[in-house]
Amino acid sequence: MPERASASPRVNDFSVKFATVNGSGSTSANSLVMKAIFRMGVPVVSKNYFPSNIQGLPTWYEIRVTRDGWRARAGSVDIMVAMNAETYSSDVREVCAGGCLIYDSTWPSNTLLARDDIKTFGVPFAQLCNENFEGARARTLMKNIMYAGALAALIDLDLEVIRTLLAETFAKKPALVESNMKAIEIGYRYAKEKFACPLATRIERMNATAGHIMIDGNTAAALGCLYAGATVGAWYPITPSTSLMDAFRSLCARHRVDPKTGKNDYVIVQAEDELAAIGIVIGASWNGVRAFTPTSGPGISLMEEFLGLAYYAEVPAVIFDVQRVGPSTGMPTRTQQCDLLACAYASHGDTRHVMLFPDSPEECFQMAVKAFDLAERLQTPVFALRNLDIGMHDWKAPDFKRDDSYQPDRGKMLSDEQVAGLSKFHRYLDPDGDGIPYRTLPGVSPKAAYFTRGSGHNRFGVYTEDSAEYQDVMDRLTRKFATAARLVPPAIVESRGASAGIVSLGSCDAPVREALAILRRSGTAIDYLRVRGFPFGAEVEEFLATHQAIFVVEQNRDAQLRSLLTLETAVDKKKLRSILHYNGLPMPAVCIVDGINSAMATGVAA
Amino acid sequence: MSFISKPKVANPSLPSNELGLNRRDYEGSMSTLCAGCGHDSVTAAIVQAAYELALPPQSVVKLSGIGCSSKTTAYFVAGAHGFNAVHGRMPSIATGANAANRNLRYIGVSGDGDSLSIGVGQLAHVIRRNLDMVYILENNGVYGLTKGQFSASADIGTKSKKGEANEQEPIDPVLLALALGASFVARSFSGDKEQLVPLIKAGLSHSGFAIIDVLSPCVTFNDHEGSTKSYAYVREHSEAPIAADYVAPQREISVSYAPGELLPVTMHDGSSVLLRKLDPDYDPTDRAQAAAYVQERAMRNEYVTGLIYVDQKRRDFHARANTTDAALNSVPFERLCPGAAKLPRILASFR
Repeated sequence: MPERASASPRVNDFSVKFATVNGSGSTSANSLVMKAIFRMGVPVVSKNYFPSNIQGLPTWYEIRVTRDGWRARAGSVDIMVAMNAETYSSDVREVCAGGCLIYDSTWPSNTLLARDDIKTFGVPFAQLCNENFEGARARTLMKNIMYAGALAALIDLDLEVIRTLLAETFAKKPALVESNMKAIEIGYRYAKEKFACPLATRIERMNATAGHIMIDGNTAAALGCLYAGATVGAWYPITPSTSLMDAFRSLCARHRVDPKTGKNDYVIVQAEDELAAIGIVIGASWNGVRAFTPTSGPGISLMEEFLGLAYYAEVPAVIFDVQRVGPSTGMPTRTQQCDLLACAYASHGDTRHVMLFPDSPEECFQMAVKAFDLAERLQTPVFALRNLDIGMHDWKAPDFKRDDSYQPDRGKMLSDEQVAGLSKFHRYLDPDGDGIPYRTLPGVSPKAAYFTRGSGHNRFGVYTEDSAEYQDVMDRLTRKFATAARLVPPAIVESRGASAGIVSLGSCDAPVREALAILRRSGTAIDYLRVRGFPFGAEVEEFLATHQAIFVVEQNRDAQLRSLLTLETAVDKKKLRSILHYNGLPMPAVCIVDGINSAMATGVAA
Repeated sequence: MSFISKPKVANPSLPSNELGLNRRDYEGSMSTLCAGCGHDSVTAAIVQAAYELALPPQSVVKLSGIGCSSKTTAYFVAGAHGFNAVHGRMPSIATGANAANRNLRYIGVSGDGDSLSIGVGQLAHVIRRNLDMVYILENNGVYGLTKGQFSASADIGTKSKKGEANEQEPIDPVLLALALGASFVARSFSGDKEQLVPLIKAGLSHSGFAIIDVLSPCVTFNDHEGSTKSYAYVREHSEAPIAADYVAPQREISVSYAPGELLPVTMHDGSSVLLRKLDPDYDPTDRAQAAAYVQERAMRNEYVTGLIYVDQKRRDFHARANTTDAALNSVPFERLCPGAAKLPRILASFR
């Protein structure tokens, strides 16, 4: 039984969960409801818990309506739309005391599942569909749209907003607007006639979504790739990163085709596996374009050998790792932050890699551009990590901004003129003392030619097995990594002089901020640092040094961020206390509040 | 291997090509392979082909994986960029490099271990992509750097240096390439420069994926009695149904052969390859016949050499991707970035 009882009038502050069967068209119905609330000016959080399957397995969609604009998952359910017989019993159990249940009353329901502490609304969806629509497929699809109609009546959604949304969605198929709207109205009318609508738990118009969009992190990152000038994308399809390349492809089809020739200013290669995908990215980046690959944990495992080559031969590469639940195949459609260590030290030998940790679609957009700038400036792979929660869920985000004065940082790439002025070119010298050498592109001049290899090489780029020459290059790479710590986005630090602090990253930001507010209301002040890049900058070191107790909040079992902090900073390991969430669902704030409160109770932190 | 590098002073009497470069200008650093290695002859053939085609050295990109053969990209065209990738994965590096700049000539050098064992997946898929490159597979049936293990091209019954016989089915790169739809398939022998040089030139002029399987004996680990990849064996068991002569674009085809025996194939850059039929019944544009012919001869322990199959019409990687004619790495940022003004319109669909 959920721990939190629903408070009585819950205007613009509740959560709705839809339990359906995947492949039945429920996604469109659910996002229609989410968008309608958003268009009514009320902030929403949307989460889609779907199976690794095409059709027939249980799937859930959760909308948190949050007038205060919180971004985390609610962690409890006020209204359940239970449309899947298979999961019905557990779905009913999940509703908060005082909450509501909407179900299909066409067939007799199991009275054993009845709860007297919730309100139930039975709507004969199947029967209404059979009476009003022809064909099995249409009836299944319309049943989903119809529950959106019934819900609209109960929570007081504006039907005109829904109609506008349908008209936009089916702009090219007006007949579908009518049939969908018909289903909506049938559900709406039925609920209006049979129930006391609206409920106390309902939507009222606000003005808190102007200047905002609802977008997922993968689409945002693809848009970042477009604006960064990336031209080569190589990938092997893998959940949950596939939609990033899908979005890039459709953006390119609209914005990267030369209107005069009809030809493409981009190439997308669907590779035979992730080994080839990263190879293509390395080959393309080596030859002077901005190239990237979207992938997930299993792909990172396969790419390791090539990543060591790119590190050692100093070739830029941008990898978007949309983390899913591991180990092994794990749970492909669930979320985690479990690839931190795999990415930080990917490949055999001494390797360390640059990482970025966006917390939201907005940062996915900005940091996509940053990833290319860093990869080319530092001539090394850059991992832009996010998890499925950010990558595939729609988040409310402020309108993205770009400045036309932006010019890509191509790093130390010698121009044709600079090459012409050279007497001799050597690939791995460090003339500027920042550990970053100069590079040239093929095709310019025989003077610029050099040999790229993953075998031992000296500062001139020549094959070597000489100990001192080998070590010379390895030590310069260490200096380059120190430079990277100054170039990655700095951590966001919110210090008010508390003795305890939270260190976290990525999508944990949403529940951390909500937890901090809850704790503050109960008189507990805690400082906060969100790392946004690796290697860690001086501000991370300082925060760790100046706080007596540090809670490291992350979404994996083995406390990987905590491990990285102990390995890469001078922090006393004993100061770091983990708050972990790794069941595959996005972390709710309650998990952090409970973790901190219990630590306080045992006197760990004052 | 040699310990004394040749002086870089060119002999003034050396002939030069249209660019004013002589053959030595297409050499690379000194080979570190065993004296007598077949691969060094292949390197010499590449040097000769690049010289004769008068390629600007910087217009060439050299790519390889790991192994003895993959070392050789350092030994030719010093004025070209080179990329020694990881074992068996050169095709993906080549794909990316070519995606970024379609206007250079990509020469990949690989071996039978690199291509047919660890890298057979990448080879298969670069063939399917019909990437515009020449892929030279220096095939000796043996792992050299790890001292004499059989490779996947070792024939059944062939004996290792220690006398052990191979029982596993070999992978014939020519049959593999034909099955996967390669648009240019050839085989040659490192000891037959007269056949190999025109094949490399034709391959470089071909638009699409050109694979040349070069039987290139390993003098240290696979040149003994009982081996089917030794110099003596390959010399005795090679048979070419078709001879290829390369004719540069500006030259006229003036060689005369009996009618019906000559099959000129015009390449995309205007050059031609003259196919001389040594077997009057052989048709190098018939894929099924080519595969049957190679298989039939293999059962008689013969290596079919020469230009075995060519298809000039198959669209290459960039044609299929509808890529702009300019090198992608030369397209200015202003053309790639939609600009700040377009962003609100893009975002409008997310409200």
